[in-house]
Amino acid sequence: MSEVIVITSGKGGVGKTTTTANVGTGLAKLNKKVVLIDTDIGLRNLDVVMGLENRIVYNLVDVVEGNCRIKQALIRDKRYPSLHLLPSAQTRDKSAVTPEQMKKLVEELKEEFDYIILDCPAGIEQGFQNAIAAADRAIVVTTPEVSAIRDADRIIGLLEANELKRTDLIVNRIRMDMVKRGDMMSIDDVVEILSVNLIGAVPDDENIVISTNQGEPLVGNDSLAGKAYANICRRILGEEVEFLELSNESFFKKLGNIFKKSK
Amino acid sequence: MSLLDLFKKKSSGDYAKDRLKLLLVSDRANCSPEIMEQIKNDIIKVISKYMEIDAEGLDIQITQTESESSNGSVPAIYANIPIKDLKNKSENK
Repeated sequence: MSEVIVITSGKGGVGKTTTTANVGTGLAKLNKKVVLIDTDIGLRNLDVVMGLENRIVYNLVDVVEGNCRIKQALIRDKRYPSLHLLPSAQTRDKSAVTPEQMKKLVEELKEEFDYIILDCPAGIEQGFQNAIAAADRAIVVTTPEVSAIRDADRIIGLLEANELKRTDLIVNRIRMDMVKRGDMMSIDDVVEILSVNLIGAVPDDENIVISTNQGEPLVGNDSLAGKAYANICRRILGEEVEFLELSNESFFKKLGNIFKKSK
Repeated sequence: MSLLDLFKKKSSGDYAKDRLKLLLVSDRANCSPEIMEQIKNDIIKVISKYMEIDAEGLDIQITQTESESSNGSVPAIYANIPIKDLKNKSENK
């Protein structure tokens, strides 16, 4: 059974594309057939984060408009042959695709792939509507900031209204030193406010910048963020990589548990 | 943050959390803080008929709660109303 996951956040710049790239690569590493779709029409990003920007011939809008077959537009990843990218169009705008067209496209991809991951644009306009129309479940990415959490709350409300099967949360860019001295909301704080299931916590890690510079997702490497993303992928597959003591434990012990399990 | 509690100083993280909670009340209710204020005042008016309450300490929020009938969570109004004196009004009669 294939699953369609939308990665969304409301606010821009919180790490949707980085999360999509790492989750997709991580699932491919776990021997799943994965296709990533960049649904941000007009602002193409996922291709550069994946390091596949030089291989684009056709894009999402070409497929939807029938200028090419789906297979022609899919770019196979250079490291993992089971991982594919369907890039967005750079020269069109978000009205070029409708929710119905997106649903139809995803239905066809379901025959071929285990996981279809949709990188959602920021905002709650048509690009967002397109992405969520086709999705079975959602992963909401937020950072421990007031603005990002506010937008995440709004997004969670909209996802509920659209009756997605499941919504999970990733708290991104946590700075443990700041949480410790009380100058950043903790994971517990964010989860309490949003009251949604936590599927992962990713520390603010400079390795993310380095990996994006190189166009190679860091999932599964030795960095803290790499381990965090690897754990998220296992949780997506339904594996229990639990942080059971989440509510009562100190932040550090909890984070220790998250990372310990990936070894 | 037990150490910070000792000095009774609120950390910026706590400020952020408090601000967010208030903000999300009006966001989720899809109504302005003014309307929330009116609801609050009306509640004070009604309850005050029967007992003396601490209007200053009254806390009203819109939160999520698990619904028994429909699956998933639904919004709920949660009001915490400190009572100053239960008997006061009835004795006056």
